[in-house]
Amino acid sequence: MFNQYFQPNDILIIYPELLLALFAMGVMIIDLFLDRAWKVLNAFTALVGIAYAAYALYRLKSNALNLSGYNHAILNDSFAIYFQFVFLIATALVILISARYLSIEGENRGDYYALILLSLIGMNFMVMGIDLITLYIALELMAVSEYILVGYLRTNRQSNEAAMKFFLLGAFSSGILLYGISLLYGISGSTDLRVIAQRLAERPSHDPIALVAVVTLTAGLLFKIGGVPFHQWLPDAYEGAPSTITTFISVAPKAASFALILRIFIVGLKPLETSWVPVLSVVCVLTMTLGNITAISQSNIKRLLAYSSIAHAGYLLLGLIAGNEYGITGIAIYFLVYAFMNIGIWTLVVAMRRKDLIGDQIQDMAGMIYKNPGAAVLMLVFLLSLAGIPPTAGFIGKYYLFASVIQTHHYVLAVIAVLNAAISLYYYFRVVVVMFMSEKTDEEKMTLSPGVLTSLAVTLVFTLLIGIYPEPFIRFAQNSLSLFQ
Amino acid sequence: MVGTGDYLILAAALFTIGVIGVLTRRNIIIIFMSIELILNAVNINLVAFSMYWQHFTGQIYALFVITVAAAEAAVGLGIIIALFRNKETINADEIDLLKW
Repeated sequence: MFNQYFQPNDILIIYPELLLALFAMGVMIIDLFLDRAWKVLNAFTALVGIAYAAYALYRLKSNALNLSGYNHAILNDSFAIYFQFVFLIATALVILISARYLSIEGENRGDYYALILLSLIGMNFMVMGIDLITLYIALELMAVSEYILVGYLRTNRQSNEAAMKFFLLGAFSSGILLYGISLLYGISGSTDLRVIAQRLAERPSHDPIALVAVVTLTAGLLFKIGGVPFHQWLPDAYEGAPSTITTFISVAPKAASFALILRIFIVGLKPLETSWVPVLSVVCVLTMTLGNITAISQSNIKRLLAYSSIAHAGYLLLGLIAGNEYGITGIAIYFLVYAFMNIGIWTLVVAMRRKDLIGDQIQDMAGMIYKNPGAAVLMLVFLLSLAGIPPTAGFIGKYYLFASVIQTHHYVLAVIAVLNAAISLYYYFRVVVVMFMSEKTDEEKMTLSPGVLTSLAVTLVFTLLIGIYPEPFIRFAQNSLSLFQ
Repeated sequence: MVGTGDYLILAAALFTIGVIGVLTRRNIIIIFMSIELILNAVNINLVAFSMYWQHFTGQIYALFVITVAAAEAAVGLGIIIALFRNKETINADEIDLLKW
């Protein structure tokens, strides 16, 4: 009786997540015994948890590849493992920069790290799930943890507001997504994505219910990645949230949502390709253009980076529209690159925070080259990488995505994408001009904590290394091609 | 005889009411209730399809949706209370520190 429901494999596959859950609980318990001065140990606990999980994941990669568990609800293929590694790296970097920022804000508590780890568990299940029930629960585990984290600064009104907007629109989009899922279940009679694909292929191509399902699913998922016209929540959430959390939600959950989109569209909705490719093409063009053009007029660096992240979501959609091996590899490598360059630049924004300065205005960076030459040069490297200029890593990511749409003969899209990359140069360099050409407004230098320094060192090394010697990383990213099997 | 199609129409109506509520109402609590309407439309859909296919998957899914909605409500109301403590309003138009 019992064996019918549980197999030994089940526990084996989710071992990294079990470890993370254990450490999430552990952080909260240990926090109770720590004095105010020792709260930094919470960050260490969380990092140890991530290191253990990474090791467990590495063991799984060599021992238990392509095992499925829980009655085919989750599948541990190399696509899932690749994205889990990206999440682990991004989360570890965010935890590194959090401790000092939280103590400046006066909110240095253990539940912060516990929530980050729980969100990480949600993301891991999002990439492993091949069943719509698992995917939905994982998505909500990630999202609910994020709502709390965005509103983590309880006495800060901006943080409250950001959490409110993020929560309302996030819950709304989950509802729409769920409506699409229910219709998909209705026409196929199953929640397994592979069965859904088979059943959809047997139905006539312009089935109205299937069309409604695709439209609502697309709308719900676009909300999560901030695609136009469902992007309004994103700049507000990014600006109001604690900077470390903005760092987190701009990378890991976005990658998780994209992985979810890839699973649903490439595996489940492949038979309806003719109905979603044109829609996504329009969304992709709008997202890139609106993100880049709105970013030009921003005076707040957090908002500027938020719009730039909308534009990047547009570039990433190119890979999905192409839907071929080049496109998927492109999305995978882009997220690895994006994790490093985006966390790098956000780390500097976090480091700008002082007791008396929020440090989120572009003007606050005036004359940075005279005060902190190192930080200014790092910022330049990360901005070049975001703009996609060789020899930085951003170029490799953009190259793959743009090449993929050229391979599938979407020439117009490719041209628009390249034009957009040119527009983005303008506002990235506006920041550079302020840093290098303006007079400094005060004398106080940035103080960099050991965690921030480590994070900066790692992100800088990888941003340059992936740009100069990309082969091993591309081979790593090609793990994600197991999606097609 | 009430067929599966009737349930679907009811669910679609509820879903539409919910979406319109979210988009037009300005009171946060009512927006929140409209979201719950959307989730309940989904539940009706799932249970109706579960009857149609003669298996339990849809009903189990509906139970999960209810559970997650409860968790979401707890977090959402917590956020509303935190906001209300700092600024005594639940009107979405007055929450204007960040540009909408």
